[in-house]
Amino acid sequence: MSERMTISPGQTPSGLSLESSSTFDRSVIDYVQRASATGLYEIRGLGAKRRLPHFDDLVFLGASLSRYPLEGYREKCSTKTLLGTRFATKPIELAIPITIAGMSFGALSANVKEALGRAATEMGTSTTTGDGGMTPEERNSSKTLVYQCLPSRYGFDPDDVRRADAIEIVIGQGAKPGGGGMLLGQKVNPRVAKMRTLPEGVDQRSASRHPDWTGPDDLAIKIRELREITDWEKPIYVKVGATRVFNDVKLAVHSGADVVVVDGMQGGTAATQTVFIEHVGIPTLAALRQAVDALEDLNMRGKVQLIISGGIRSGADVAKAIAMGADAVSIGQGILFSLGCNSHTYVQDGRHVDAVSDYHALGTAPGFCHHCHTGRCPVGVTTQDAKLELRLQPEVGAKRVRNYLKTLNMELTTIARACGKQDVHHLEREDLVALTVEAAAMANIPLAGTSWVPGRV
Amino acid sequence: MESVTKQIADWRLATGRFGQRKVFDLAAVSVRELNQYLHKELPENSLPTVVVNNPDGAHSIAAGMNALVDIEINGHVGYYVAGMNKHARIVVNGNAGPGAAENMMSGLVRVRGFASTSAGASARGGLLVIEGDASLRCGISLKGADIVVGGSVGSFSAFMAQAGRMVICDGAGDALGDSLYEAVIYVRGEVKSLGADAQFEPTTDTDRAVVAELLAVAGFKHDPSEFRRVASARKLYHWNAEAGQEY
Amino acid sequence: MCGIVGLLLKDPGLRPRLGELMVPMMIGMTERGPDSAGLAVFTEPVEEGTYKISLYTGEQVVDWKGLLQKLRMAIDAKFDVVTSGNHAVLTSTASPSIVEAWIAEKLPQIAVLSIGRSIDLYKDIGAPADICKRYGFAKLQGTHLVGHTRMATESAVTPAHAHPFTAGHDFCLVHNGSLSNPHLVRRKLEPLGIEFETDNDTEAACRYFEWRLREGDDLKTAVQRGFEELDGFYTFLMGTDDELAIVRDAFACKPAIVAETDDYVAIASEFRSLAHLPGVHKARLFEPKPQEVYAWKV
Repeated sequence: MSERMTISPGQTPSGLSLESSSTFDRSVIDYVQRASATGLYEIRGLGAKRRLPHFDDLVFLGASLSRYPLEGYREKCSTKTLLGTRFATKPIELAIPITIAGMSFGALSANVKEALGRAATEMGTSTTTGDGGMTPEERNSSKTLVYQCLPSRYGFDPDDVRRADAIEIVIGQGAKPGGGGMLLGQKVNPRVAKMRTLPEGVDQRSASRHPDWTGPDDLAIKIRELREITDWEKPIYVKVGATRVFNDVKLAVHSGADVVVVDGMQGGTAATQTVFIEHVGIPTLAALRQAVDALEDLNMRGKVQLIISGGIRSGADVAKAIAMGADAVSIGQGILFSLGCNSHTYVQDGRHVDAVSDYHALGTAPGFCHHCHTGRCPVGVTTQDAKLELRLQPEVGAKRVRNYLKTLNMELTTIARACGKQDVHHLEREDLVALTVEAAAMANIPLAGTSWVPGRV
Repeated sequence: MESVTKQIADWRLATGRFGQRKVFDLAAVSVRELNQYLHKELPENSLPTVVVNNPDGAHSIAAGMNALVDIEINGHVGYYVAGMNKHARIVVNGNAGPGAAENMMSGLVRVRGFASTSAGASARGGLLVIEGDASLRCGISLKGADIVVGGSVGSFSAFMAQAGRMVICDGAGDALGDSLYEAVIYVRGEVKSLGADAQFEPTTDTDRAVVAELLAVAGFKHDPSEFRRVASARKLYHWNAEAGQEY
Repeated sequence: MCGIVGLLLKDPGLRPRLGELMVPMMIGMTERGPDSAGLAVFTEPVEEGTYKISLYTGEQVVDWKGLLQKLRMAIDAKFDVVTSGNHAVLTSTASPSIVEAWIAEKLPQIAVLSIGRSIDLYKDIGAPADICKRYGFAKLQGTHLVGHTRMATESAVTPAHAHPFTAGHDFCLVHNGSLSNPHLVRRKLEPLGIEFETDNDTEAACRYFEWRLREGDDLKTAVQRGFEELDGFYTFLMGTDDELAIVRDAFACKPAIVAETDDYVAIASEFRSLAHLPGVHKARLFEPKPQEVYAWKV
């Protein structure tokens, strides 16, 4: 491709017409030209980057004269969360309603998986395996570990099923509902390859449907099989990527799930087609509303627990999700950022080491990087490279994630107390109002200062 | 890989020596009671042969086994018989529903009749023998187990099969071995079509020895030289074959 | 999303026991379809010029005697009715389309479930075992039947959404699976004057096939066209006045198994629904191959 001349505004000769197009802006032109040059779609990591209606578009109605707040420290605000109370004889009790989402060993390094287990254990919450099997590191470091059963079934093992604290059957992912897993060859190192029974260095693209069942009637039978294998002890979650959420949640409940996990389109991924990330699936806000509607329609609120994920970042997001009707949230990308994803530096033995040049080598910069798929993570989070993975020391990662979860939980209880709740699960959707018409319509919550909910008759 | 013959010999040493039989009649007791016994209540030693009568299409019979025990099932079973099997030797004197021996780790599962879809799906070890036909997607996502089918297999069999061996004695449907990784298929008779990236390859003495061994263990009498070898052309291993080329 | 069952009796001596043989089949499909169930029974046809109309009255209390009088006043024809719970079969020598239009105008609360000379149709909400009991399915007689149990997604599980779906005369269809282009099919049919009652994907398939049959296709040709036009996953079981047919899509992800003896052909999603049929262990058992039409005549 020929080199293009760049013109910076300071040097602009007078008389040039520089009107840019909204339809074909510079990113679109880049996309067309990259497609033309390579004949391939773009693959990347993380989640949707476009602006979407989200929890930021809601605010809480704190207590005042009509409702009375609780004091910050002396007056208790419980965050205890029970999951899997419907059929499992050994449901899960968490200290906080904030869990760590499924991210595979393969997408993440073994160090990172260990760090997540440690942090989750210290905070009294759960972590989740991912599309690559269970590593001894994460099992040993995690008090409560959710074991995913995915279409690929990589490394799926009955001993691990028995070792797990819950099983999560993954139907889809918010970043790519209807698509299968993907891990490019540069991350399929000998250990990853062995765990997944794949040739080393192969570009792994896994199936989008489970190999041994299709549809909710079969899923009911699959869930029964997993219950038989675990002697009905362990909670069984069903995770769906957000699309036709109302129907999917109902069918998951009919199929016998203890817990339904709904992942909105802002959810992250280790690698998939950009077109998938940005154009398939619905926003987390809309998905959560539909999921709660489905549970209420079936009169299953509190019997089947709902976990929402996909762009949960802050304690405010957690509080809003719970107020809208989630029992817990699950965080993936937030955890990666907590570990140092997109940071200028990584920490080695207490020192910050500059990583900017490594971002540049990938063709990106801190704050913009979504190059998880390359396996060349400059801060050692999403890599299988023997040198790069040392950039994330498990104890540093564990501490950072613990701090992050702790902050989120404190923010959550701050809001809950301000709304007068002795238990965060007592937050209700009437504690919220919306700032935009879109959010009001999607969340079915009145526009602030009005009683108007678009679409409500 | 441990030879199949040796595994079978080991089972013979370990099981079936004592002759006691423990009978479950599924017309009278539930699958839950049967599996509870098989998982938690088997005697420490001198294992009985467990006999299951009147399965009548029930699901998840003997799923999640983790013991060297002989299980005989008399009749047709539903989904996921012997699912995730470890160690056990399970014989179905009848037909099996979908997902027979799915994700099996070790042991032996033998279906005397036909098997429905996805038999041996994602199985990682052990041996699955289907004496009749297997339906679509037999050996889908196979991860190291051996499957021997006395009859034919339906379309999309060995889809994305990663490792392990399949011996098919009487033909295959469409798209056999689609997106195959390192698993190898030996097939006798007509193959309607091969899937993407699957190819016929010449057989060697080693191939014929593998087929002979698996046929012998499964109890089928065919001439190993009648089997063709299907394996991956490995052209789909990298999605971006032209990386770095720009136009 | 469901379980399907079909039974065709070759031995006329068994026909008084059609319902009794079917009940365990339907109960066997409870796990696949816990919310609602439906049944189309095909009997010996009523005499030439006479039609049967299956009706669903729901919560409505209907004065059948008065209704018959009104019908006889309005339409010059013979009318008779047999009721069963909130279902009824209306027999008449009038043109069924006129009767249907009259019911739609005068009694819009009553739903017409099927029209024909052989077909009787029942569908309702609840566990399959309860529905079997509610309508005395065990006592039903006939030559063949098509049944269905359903796992529903709608807020209100209504009989309208329950299978079997019917179209035209003496035609019904049940479906296990999920079509991916039902609305396109519907938009193709609506301009031809074909009216839809629900947004259910199965109704789209049902009306598509009935349209093709009316256009003169035989069942095989209609299904062959269906492979091109209907996208998604399906096992279809269809009944006409003298035929039972099953077909699966190319992926055959949704299960089906057939047991055939000299006395009967029985079809179900899973063997557990066939396990209690007399002589099933000596039957020829097989799974229908993908994209092949299997049909049995009475």
